[in-house]
Amino acid sequence: MTDTNKTSLTRESLPGLNRRYRAERRFHLVGKMAVAFSLAFLTFLIGSIVYQGIGAFFQTEVRLEVPQEMIAEHGDDGFTLLRQSMLHNLPDAKGRSARREAYKMAGEGSDIELLSAIADQQTQAAVVTVWIPVSDDIDMAYKSDFAPDMLGSFSDRQKGWLDTWVADDRLRMSFNTGFLVNGDSRDPERAGIGGALMGSIFTLVVCLVLSFVIGILAAIYLEEFAPKNKLTAFLEVNINNLATVPSIIFGLLGLAVFLNTFGLPRSSALVGGMVLSLMTLPTIIIASRVALQSVPPSIREAALGLGATHIQAVFHHVLPLALPGMLTGTILGMARALGETAPLLMIGMVAFIADPPSSFMDPTSALPVQVYLWADSPERAFAEKTSGAIIVLLLFLFVMNLTAIILRKKLEKKW
Amino acid sequence: MKFEIKKSAMVAAALACTAALPSAAHAEDQVRIVGSSTVYPFSTVVAERFGRTSGFKTPIVESTGTGGGFKLFCAGVGSDTVDVINASRAIKSSEVEMCAGNGVQNIIEVKIGYDGIVLANSNAARDFSVSTKDIFLALAKEIPAADGSLVENTNVTWSDVNASLPNTKIEVLGPPPTSGTRDAFLELAMEAGCKQFDSIKALKSSDKNAYKAVCHTMREDGAFIDAGENDNLIVQKLDANENALGIFGFSFLDQNSDKVKAAKINDVDVSFEAIADGSYPISRPLYFYVKGEHLTSVKSLKPFVEEFISNAASGEEGYLSDRGLIPMGEEERAEFLSKITSQLNK
Repeated sequence: MTDTNKTSLTRESLPGLNRRYRAERRFHLVGKMAVAFSLAFLTFLIGSIVYQGIGAFFQTEVRLEVPQEMIAEHGDDGFTLLRQSMLHNLPDAKGRSARREAYKMAGEGSDIELLSAIADQQTQAAVVTVWIPVSDDIDMAYKSDFAPDMLGSFSDRQKGWLDTWVADDRLRMSFNTGFLVNGDSRDPERAGIGGALMGSIFTLVVCLVLSFVIGILAAIYLEEFAPKNKLTAFLEVNINNLATVPSIIFGLLGLAVFLNTFGLPRSSALVGGMVLSLMTLPTIIIASRVALQSVPPSIREAALGLGATHIQAVFHHVLPLALPGMLTGTILGMARALGETAPLLMIGMVAFIADPPSSFMDPTSALPVQVYLWADSPERAFAEKTSGAIIVLLLFLFVMNLTAIILRKKLEKKW
Repeated sequence: MKFEIKKSAMVAAALACTAALPSAAHAEDQVRIVGSSTVYPFSTVVAERFGRTSGFKTPIVESTGTGGGFKLFCAGVGSDTVDVINASRAIKSSEVEMCAGNGVQNIIEVKIGYDGIVLANSNAARDFSVSTKDIFLALAKEIPAADGSLVENTNVTWSDVNASLPNTKIEVLGPPPTSGTRDAFLELAMEAGCKQFDSIKALKSSDKNAYKAVCHTMREDGAFIDAGENDNLIVQKLDANENALGIFGFSFLDQNSDKVKAAKINDVDVSFEAIADGSYPISRPLYFYVKGEHLTSVKSLKPFVEEFISNAASGEEGYLSDRGLIPMGEEERAEFLSKITSQLNK
């Protein structure tokens, strides 16, 4: 393009053309830089989170040999069986403090894994070989390839045991299904986002059902049927204003109305979803109205001209065409709701809740809440879990956005 | 047409949801706990163990801060109010009145142990030893001049405060004003240093508010940095900056002893023993309060309290001591246990 411009005859005939071309090139360059800059930021952010958090999906395990007679003796008491197995596999642990240090090598709550691993094998061999999770400190050390600053919390004796474990090839990494399934825990090796994930899903379902139905009906009425007068103009201004209200305000409203007046259960997904739907409603109404406005009037007029009633014209012809736009608005609202913690703080969802919820009325936390709570925990292994939870949150968002795009592509009509 | 059917299904679902509301019962058998963020790490550990071993539902623990927690706790009696409040200080008489006003008469105090607050710096930096007076002179907004009048604090380095301290810039990271740790630090470290000046001590009897303002106001010129509620962040910053000191709970020091170490306060090294016997100056007792009216209606409340005060939890070598709680001394504990069991079984 520049070549033809150089030889172009208009160059002399139009004054300042070169200057205008230069301005355009400058603008292109600045635009590209802005895009590159934001891409670099995004890559850095996601890269660092993935780098820190990928370890949360894996758990270090140690191989233990458990003699059959030990299982026969303590088979119904996992806690004692685990302690005895640790001593059996670390035979030089003599004396009270050495024994305590040996017990601490195994992960908190690994007795459950030990019992299920033994039950799975169903073997009558004299010595049963099982893999069980190690403690969070060993886990962090193994993942960092025994970096010196990760070894600070171990005694010399424990370091010696670790060396022999590595030399005997007794340690391995395996996929940490517990992280995706378990509820919250104060032990990093048992903590999972299962409860928070379920809580987020429950909350979003309530939020979606309420805000989608109410939002779209409100938008259709305001756009298609409502008379244009001072009252509707006033409503419109208020809806636009509501969209910009800080989310914590909705939390306070939820506390005052849903909890104190209606007496709904504190910390439940139901109340969480209701509060978040208050927050997403204005967004959905505004997006839906824009989608309805963008349907060409000719379609509405043709339907009316062929004898359809007003309501038939809207529901049979206008709404299907506006639906892709409405869905996009809804998903954007949902995505914002998924990442919110501030309103949930007021209604008691920012809490330590270990049991995953099984209904809308059960107390539950949510994914961003879990990120917040873990980020504040003293145990260092929770830093990894925090990033792991962020990865799951981002994946959730990604799936939601992908669904929106697919739905839109399927429903989209061109004319 | 197709769309209409889907829509009506959705409306039906929404109606079904709202219709189910009033009939749903409250989780009567689940203990609800609110309160101090300092007690939260201990309370959650006990809650989790309790949920795993007792067969009852795991109690729900919310970290609302001590003051905010009492507001919820004292809101009344009944299934929609909380059962337990964690507190990093003893209940105030105003709070007892607030509770009584709403029908909460029978409040049972349970002391769980002690917590120490440390002034720590990076392991790479040199050891620090300060007195509470030094802390006050380094961090207060106004300090007394030679003639006793109050002047703006202009100390830049630690050696300005006390010639025996190193010649490095005063840079202290600490918790925000909403934190119980901050309250305790102001009371136990700043005020202790503050009242060593006769002029200020005299102020206490003449004008209590002015005394409090002097002793409890941190400087805002950058020497004291409000680092937010996240103690992990403070540890990271100390690790990166050798000259900086940080204020946080003993449990964080315990978990991060490979990165940071504590300063001696008034020549006392921080340790489990020094905090438990009270010789370490910046230590405080931790409590939780139980709503006595709920002991019979909430079935899991009494077993939960019993788990918390058991030897396995808050005893000398209980699992809470692994998390940084400093247990009571033997005598104090025996006395406390006999008192609390009689209150629980009343």
